[in-house]
Amino acid sequence: MGKNSLFSKKNKSLLTDPLDDNNPVTVQVLGICSALAITVQLKPAVVMALSVIFVMCVANVVVSLMRNFIPSRIRIIVQLVVIASLVIIVDEVLKAYVYDVSKELSVFVGLIITNCIIMGRLEAFALANSPWESFLDGLGNAFGYGWILIAVAFFRELLGAGTLYGYPVLEKLGVYELGYENNGMMILPPMALVTVGVIIWIQRMRNQKLIETN
Amino acid sequence: MDVNKNSYTFGFAAIMVIIVAALLSSAAIGLKPFQDRNIELEKKQNILSSVGIVTDRDGAEELYLTYIKQELVLNNKGEEVEGSTFDIDLAKEVKKEADAQVLPLFISEVDGKTMYIIPLRGKGLWGPIWGFISLEDDLNTVFGAVFDHKGETPGLGAEINQSFFQEPFRDKLIFNENNEFVSITVKKGGATEGSMHEVDGISGGTITSDGVTDMIKERVSRYIPYLEQNKAVENDSIIITNLISQVNG
Repeated sequence: MGKNSLFSKKNKSLLTDPLDDNNPVTVQVLGICSALAITVQLKPAVVMALSVIFVMCVANVVVSLMRNFIPSRIRIIVQLVVIASLVIIVDEVLKAYVYDVSKELSVFVGLIITNCIIMGRLEAFALANSPWESFLDGLGNAFGYGWILIAVAFFRELLGAGTLYGYPVLEKLGVYELGYENNGMMILPPMALVTVGVIIWIQRMRNQKLIETN
Repeated sequence: MDVNKNSYTFGFAAIMVIIVAALLSSAAIGLKPFQDRNIELEKKQNILSSVGIVTDRDGAEELYLTYIKQELVLNNKGEEVEGSTFDIDLAKEVKKEADAQVLPLFISEVDGKTMYIIPLRGKGLWGPIWGFISLEDDLNTVFGAVFDHKGETPGLGAEINQSFFQEPFRDKLIFNENNEFVSITVKKGGATEGSMHEVDGISGGTITSDGVTDMIKERVSRYIPYLEQNKAVENDSIIITNLISQVNG
């Protein structure tokens, strides 16, 4: 690192690139499985995002610290052990302190282990970079994943159930009296895919350089 | 140091496993009391919701004390035996021989109505399912039922913990006109119109639905001796009054 300051231009881009130009969900199209599964409501989406932020940052830093000691033949196993241990700890903590959320997330917490974004960053970045850079990279990618998750959940909960974070927004605004009805389809998984698609569309409208040319 | 030597690889793996094992087991042991507490409160919450009292987990403790008046442990002859009702682990009990089992029964009183709550435990498609069914004081009419599961298919079998599935149990009867125990059947393709002993099954969740049927039948049938004995008693209003005053006292 040496001459690079903690927030050099390069380091900043580690943090900001995954939010837009190199978003793991909308550009790399990774982690879609969980994006569909837990975005029916905001609350589990927020918890999932926070869990992934924690697991990703810590795993990136741990693997980066060990990068010179990890035997290359078992490096994938080591990465998985690091991720799996962290996920189990997250799961235990959720069960102890936010039991409802942990029930809601149920199998999806375990699925953090198989979230290809995390494995991908460990293999592609943390194994070759210093802990601080890996931390920023982890944070950036987890936020990139998290904000998409929360955005999708926002629209699905609002349009599907008329609530936000469990609070009946639309009822308070009185739109039901005007004949408005919730769109039950938003709650079903296919609409998550459509919502992600719409986000990708808007992103590419704004950010022309993402458009592939054949 | 050559990190790619075989001996190094083995050594690294061994040390890593030991460290991870120590870390995870201490986390599991340290957090266990909190997790157990949550499970206990959830059980209370479920017992309460089977008699129509909806509460969040934090309020469950207090309401449980208010509404659950009696906790009984029965043997298979319907006699009361010693034991702590709340701590009975049904998962273990259902594996025992019928006459070795102890049967937990909760008696609640809500708005002057006495209700009998029978804990349930059975098998779904992928794992255990459980719940509570409450009977009104005629010991025949179902007042409410709640179910939950460990890992049934989301969107299909897992829907047994939703109210649309649980609500139809209300006012169903477990005995027929001839006073024979018929239990309640979760019917694939929908309940027969007007049936007092059937509720709608879940499309795509047939095995879980059948699991619920079997669970109710198997569990509630164990209480028949007790139900028969107390049905006779319930008709005698003096004894009811006595019972209530005893309970309140």
